[in-house]
Amino acid sequence: MSARNLILADLDGDRTWRLQDYLARGGYAALKKIIAESTPPADIIAEVKASVLRGRGGAGFPTGLKWSFMPRSFPGAKYLACNSDEGEPGTFKDRDILRYNPHSVIEGMIIAAYAMGCERGYNYIHGEIFEVYDRFEEALAEARAAGLLGDKILGSDFSFDLFAHHGYGAYICGEETALLESIEGKKGQPRFKPPFPASYGLYGKPTTINNTETFASVPFILRDGGETFLNYGKPNNGGTKLFSISGHVNRPGNYEIELGTPFSELLEMAGGMRGGRKLKGVIPGGSSSPVVPADIMMDCTMDYDSISKAGSMLGSGAVIVMDETTCMVRALERLSYFYFEESCGQCTPCREGTGWLYRVVHRIEHGLGRPDDLDLLNSVTTNIMGRTICALGDAASMPVQSFVKHFGDEFAYHIEHKTCLVPDDVQREGSKIYVGPSC
Amino acid sequence: MLSQESLKLIDVEVAKYPSDQKQSAVMAALRIAQQEKGWLARETIDAVASYLDMPAIAAFEVASFYNMYDLEPVGEHKITVCTNLPCALSGGVHAADYLKQKLGIEFNETTPDGKFTLKEGECMGACGDAPVLLHNNHKMCSWMTTEKIDQLLADLAK
Amino acid sequence: MLEIEIDGKQLQVADGSTVMDAANQVGAYIPHFCYHKKLSIAANCRMCLVQVEKAPKPLPACATPVTNGMKVWTKSEAAVKAQKGVMEFLLINHPLDCPICDQGGECQLQDLAVGYGESKSRYQEEKRVVFNKNLGPLVATDMTRCIHCTRCVRFTQEIAGLMELGQAFRGEHSEIMPFVEKTVDSELSGNIIDLCPVGALTSKPFRFAARTWELARRKSVSPHDSLGSNLIVQVKHDVVKRVLPLENEAINECWLSDRDRFSYEGLNCASRLTKPMIRQGDSWQETDWQTALEFAATRLKAVVAAAGAEEFGALLASNATVEELYLAQKLVRGLGSDNVDFRLRQTDFSADAVSQGAPWLGMPVAEIADLNRLLVIGSFFRKDHPLLAQRVRQAAKRGLKVASIHPTADDWLLPVSARMQPKPSEMVAALAAVLKAVADAESKSVDAALTVLLPADMPAEAKAIADMLLSGRQSAIWLGNFAMQHAQAATLRRLAQEIASITGSSFGVIGDAANSVGGYLAGAVPATGGKNAAAMLSESLKSYVLLNVEPSLDSAAGERARAAVAGADFVVNLTAFNSPELRAISHVMLPVSPFTETSGTFVSCEGRAQSFVAVAKPQGDTRPAWKVLRVMGNLLSLDGFDYNDSEAVRADVLDITAFPVANLSNTLDGLTVSGSAASAGIERVADVPIYATDSIVRRAPALQRARDGAAPAAYLSAATMTSLGLNAGDAVEAKTEQGSARLVAKADDTVADGCVRIASAHETTAALGGLSAVVTLERV
Repeated sequence: MSARNLILADLDGDRTWRLQDYLARGGYAALKKIIAESTPPADIIAEVKASVLRGRGGAGFPTGLKWSFMPRSFPGAKYLACNSDEGEPGTFKDRDILRYNPHSVIEGMIIAAYAMGCERGYNYIHGEIFEVYDRFEEALAEARAAGLLGDKILGSDFSFDLFAHHGYGAYICGEETALLESIEGKKGQPRFKPPFPASYGLYGKPTTINNTETFASVPFILRDGGETFLNYGKPNNGGTKLFSISGHVNRPGNYEIELGTPFSELLEMAGGMRGGRKLKGVIPGGSSSPVVPADIMMDCTMDYDSISKAGSMLGSGAVIVMDETTCMVRALERLSYFYFEESCGQCTPCREGTGWLYRVVHRIEHGLGRPDDLDLLNSVTTNIMGRTICALGDAASMPVQSFVKHFGDEFAYHIEHKTCLVPDDVQREGSKIYVGPSC
Repeated sequence: MLSQESLKLIDVEVAKYPSDQKQSAVMAALRIAQQEKGWLARETIDAVASYLDMPAIAAFEVASFYNMYDLEPVGEHKITVCTNLPCALSGGVHAADYLKQKLGIEFNETTPDGKFTLKEGECMGACGDAPVLLHNNHKMCSWMTTEKIDQLLADLAK
Repeated sequence: MLEIEIDGKQLQVADGSTVMDAANQVGAYIPHFCYHKKLSIAANCRMCLVQVEKAPKPLPACATPVTNGMKVWTKSEAAVKAQKGVMEFLLINHPLDCPICDQGGECQLQDLAVGYGESKSRYQEEKRVVFNKNLGPLVATDMTRCIHCTRCVRFTQEIAGLMELGQAFRGEHSEIMPFVEKTVDSELSGNIIDLCPVGALTSKPFRFAARTWELARRKSVSPHDSLGSNLIVQVKHDVVKRVLPLENEAINECWLSDRDRFSYEGLNCASRLTKPMIRQGDSWQETDWQTALEFAATRLKAVVAAAGAEEFGALLASNATVEELYLAQKLVRGLGSDNVDFRLRQTDFSADAVSQGAPWLGMPVAEIADLNRLLVIGSFFRKDHPLLAQRVRQAAKRGLKVASIHPTADDWLLPVSARMQPKPSEMVAALAAVLKAVADAESKSVDAALTVLLPADMPAEAKAIADMLLSGRQSAIWLGNFAMQHAQAATLRRLAQEIASITGSSFGVIGDAANSVGGYLAGAVPATGGKNAAAMLSESLKSYVLLNVEPSLDSAAGERARAAVAGADFVVNLTAFNSPELRAISHVMLPVSPFTETSGTFVSCEGRAQSFVAVAKPQGDTRPAWKVLRVMGNLLSLDGFDYNDSEAVRADVLDITAFPVANLSNTLDGLTVSGSAASAGIERVADVPIYATDSIVRRAPALQRARDGAAPAAYLSAATMTSLGLNAGDAVEAKTEQGSARLVAKADDTVADGCVRIASAHETTAALGGLSAVVTLERV
């Protein structure tokens, strides 16, 4: 077994989110060391680079490299933002980190701010987990009271303040520039890049945005060394990673494992398939990553490279497990409805295309499919992908392409027979999927 | 228009942002206003906008973009059920169906006594806890089996 | 400079250019909808996707910065495939019923669909339907046609200065809308019609009035303010159907104010005078030109002969053409009089004694962009000069700091960094305080003639304005309409000149009308001691010639002006319109052409002479006023009225090729200044509302229904209201020495304490007379 808790280490107590518990677990040691030794910022970035920590929000961009893009000598304000707007179906790891170990994120952000010279930070928390937002506010108050945040941190010349900002129901705000717009008090509509946030971010100032889990990994890296962190994973895939497992397993939940752990082991940790039923397919990295059929998935290890080779993405590490009771047309219909609902409406291909995709899949599911619908779906996705302002267009298209590719027979059956290949009572057994109102 | 308590809470939010960026507090301010009023009437949005020195339409853009803001009146208890794929695979739809049957309403409807409104939600970032529902936006209820739904409704009906 | 290759063409572009900029430079057309050169980049329509070497995906030309050595293909297979893909998405939810759309024939989507659309739709689902919005009397909506390019939203935010439209909701449910029941009230709102690439926003007054291909397009110049906006007047069967901007980067850029755009409705109104008319007792008879002109000439000659030339004068519209103004003054002088004026709203004429030329802006309009300090004195700036204010708004975004000295602090939708709000009677003192502040700061002496005005102590606001001006690199000081109409206008001007001289600022007068400059150049002012407008309107002369003047609405004296003219024995009225007032005061009415039916010239505030020709045939028996005046000159046997065309008239006044034209000057050296007379009581601050400025605009129904067309009220600050024991909403009787008016009291804290803002140029307030006067207010 390769379960290894760095971020979720020693979180067995009652009130593990309290500052005193975090301190007891060795929390803020990294920050104190940096302050005490006046570690040069460049050394911190070098250490993060050495860890090969890759962004845990989904894109997997090397964190150290991202930090080095911030203009060190920029005269005005610089900002730091944490992306805790976790709303991609299947993803629920950041909620647990913030619930049980908020100070790891705070410490990670303080260290990041120190390394990049940011004066102010915001943690953008998904609106639906409002209790976590409240708890994070408490943690911030604790940190401020302890002199860990605010003016002259721990008596040094370094000042940094951090605030919580909540979302209120918009998946798109997980896109980093939409998140910045949202902090600015606007609709969460992504910005065209370039310019990138490192040169034009929050309020037009240089800004770095990282995922919650990314920040939560930083204290360990600075305390125990980048090399140590890297060795917990495999080359080019440093460290441990939280995987959120949902769907047809016995014990859905978060599992922190070393990158490179076989999928089969992860499935076992999650208690195996519910009811002992047969695995049909897995969405390995959140709803926008292409679905992988069972046989291919069982040969994968859980790391960026292996999943990529299987034609999908590790993404945020959200593993949606579907067994043989699942109607793949229904599953896709529900996901397509989600992207249609969550498209921000800014750019043409996504605003118009996500509705088109949903309506066609909806038609197929409801027995109104046409013989050329699968070609149409592929063509529409091709016209969306790569032509939008942000990645939501791609995110909406990849499930369509992969479901049609891997489970084409089920779609064809639907079109021909006007009904599901998987009988209704079988579907009900495994929890029937409902799809929102037709429109 | 808004109570002194609400305005005080909004001031706390405004203080989180640079002094020339009051608009940043609009999401929190609308949330606070909604908590006070139950929903966001147009004049409530207007009041928030003028308190934050921003155009009313800009505040309305925000209120209509994020789907936890209610632009129409809702019942005393708004229950939002996640029916997205991961939740559906673990009984999210069953929970929604059960609530519809118990309350005698469909999604986006309110019980005649004004007590309950049922909404369909998108991913709440808690798929491992499915079935998941939100009570009045802020209280998350996890693993909502039919027994737990019965209990919740009984508690709320009190 | 950066090297780039577009479709095989090499070129160099400036750093910071986008691919779209570069393509425009080589004339490579890239299809687009959301991109607009004057708006921020949205990159949302995705129509301008192009292929870029080494880029894995097509990139939007509008938002992609050029990098050195970049290679771009705008028409390659990959580019066109992407563009066609976007076009399909744009069309799936767009109604394909162009024949019934008002935009048909001038629709960007329709045009581009021809090149990039397929002949048949693959989209077989139901199309989106969006409810229409009421944006007010000027802009019609058909929101189902909207393609969400957000040009209109960005226009209201960025150019008009106030976000009146937004994109609410999200995804496919997104809708462009104002906030709930609000309308779009910007004085620049009509530009969103031009910006809308589809038929979602169209002109309400023009709705379904004509198809674009039925319209003749003719160039003209706006007669409504001193900017001289360039127009394309669209005409069908000699009727003006629509007015659009003619792009001129140096003047109006690609914009028009709503006043310039929608005033044409006034040209087509029922009260146009289309036949010469002669009064017989109390009734009016239509007649032919010969009869009317002979009657006019004979009677005029007789009255002048009987009463003396000094009992004859001419009152001319400030938006009459140079040619009309010139011939009118020539006629007056030919008859031996010097009583001629076009400055009917002016009250202080002491500047005439020392003036060395026509007052003007003192700088080219295009150079506003280079200013970094601006002091505006006595101006309802945004409503008086909508597009000038727009330019200042854009400059303010790039660091221009603006200050105001004016009794009201109405919102200019741009940051005003320093402000003084004196009562009208304190304007001179306020300016004198600023003068003292700049002189002290620079240790410079003030012209001896002005020292008497300098205050002993200095308010902090004056110091702030002085500091602002002195910290500038390139500054300007402008006098607005209110300052020029002020009872001590000349002193204000002299003080401003002194401040400008000490601070090294450019100095100018904005001017309230299309020919505020041209009138001087045409000599339409007294030159040898004759009577100016105020003198001619305070006591009746025996005879008058009026040119497009409605005395009670176009002059400072209001109702008293009407009475003065009515007291004459004989009044010849050259007018485009008929009205009860004009019938009551005239003896002969000669129908003359408005600007669309005559050739002529306006000289704008920046000293730019712009000539135009008639865009439509004169309505009915209407004739161009310059021709009427020429014939009258002949009938009166006067010399020098032998012109064959209007160019020959113009040539006697100015050289059209000179920019700026000659004989401009703002300096008033040697002026005898006058100090402030302290006033007791509430002072009136009178604006000339944006849709009340001239006889054409006042007859344009859609503009009158707009918010800015609302009837006058009595606007008072809360403090003033309390001191008078009034409440907002009270009906009040406002009284001046001259007369009274019934108005509703409204709270308005932008009005200086101790003042009441009551608009002029409106029949309900004409009885009050003087633009600045002490007013008593009583609840009724």
